Amino acid sequence: MNPTDLVDRASLRDDVPAFSPGDTLKVHVRVVEGTRERVQVFQGVVIRRQGSGLHETFTVRKVSFGVGVERTFPVHSPIIQKIEPVTLGDVRRAKLYYLRDLRGKAAKIKEKRVPR
Amino acid sequence: MATKAIVGEKVGMTQVWDDQNRVVPVTVLRVTPVRVVQVKRPDTDGYSALQVTYGMKKAKSLTKPEAGHFAKGNVDPGAHLVELRLDDTNGYEVGQEIGVDLLEAGTKVDVTAISKGKGYAGGMKRHNFKGLGAGHGTHRKHRAPGSIGACATPSRVFKGTRMAGRMGAEKVTTLNLEVVQSDPERNLLLVKGAVPGPKGGLVLVRDAVKAGK
Repeated sequence: MNPTDLVDRASLRDDVPAFSPGDTLKVHVRVVEGTRERVQVFQGVVIRRQGSGLHETFTVRKVSFGVGVERTFPVHSPIIQKIEPVTLGDVRRAKLYYLRDLRGKAAKIKEKRVPR
Repeated sequence: MATKAIVGEKVGMTQVWDDQNRVVPVTVLRVTPVRVVQVKRPDTDGYSALQVTYGMKKAKSLTKPEAGHFAKGNVDPGAHLVELRLDDTNGYEVGQEIGVDLLEAGTKVDVTAISKGKGYAGGMKRHNFKGLGAGHGTHRKHRAPGSIGACATPSRVFKGTRMAGRMGAEKVTTLNLEVVQSDPERNLLLVKGAVPGPKGGLVLVRDAVKAGK
């Protein structure tokens, strides 16, 4: 246990679902526009999850109008309203940077078959 | 000079979220309540300061002079004796306890500590020299300082020329750090940004002298 964990405990979220690289997520992000607040959904593939504790972050990649967009969020960030797992991916590595070089069907991730 | 000061220990760094949900990097300091052992005043000591202690020290590990000094003010012996220079020590008295609630969130502070020792360090690390090139014929001199002076005039190296040597383990003050949170229940002080010294090191926190108006 780190000595600073006592301070971190207050900021940790307990509603983070289990997800790993390769999974497709819908991240519901709170966006503040002036005085109004609304929720924006960012859907894409998790290509990286790094760090631990309060400092843990994950990166979601999607292709929007032919342009790759990646957003990195702290796992425990309060701007995330909720994280919704869509599909589980069947991948063989922890960092899926190779997806950046692939387009279209080649960039598709096989879905994990969960044994009954 | 400072009007408020307190002493603590560095715990480590982490992050918190501010009211706009942004990440704020903070250093956690453990500031246990300090006890005033001696009040120094200009008319008796020539300057104003508080001598304080914190924590506990066993009576048997005290030297006789130390024990006598603590007994004079009727203060429980603490781990260290630290002097805090202040503008004005009126209103403080021996035996008084000062807690972390002295500094509330939002105040600007200066933090003084002994920096981490780096040992014998070269010019690149110690003085931010650029070193020599990586290629173009540079041979085994990539981190060398280069020229350290002229030739037959003055035929010596000037004093104070920046060269390799012992680095770190010196008193460093970081100015104008913001207090993010002050927690008297857990005796913690959260300061925005980095603070000199190792974890567990002694740090002096005082209100900023150059905070501006």
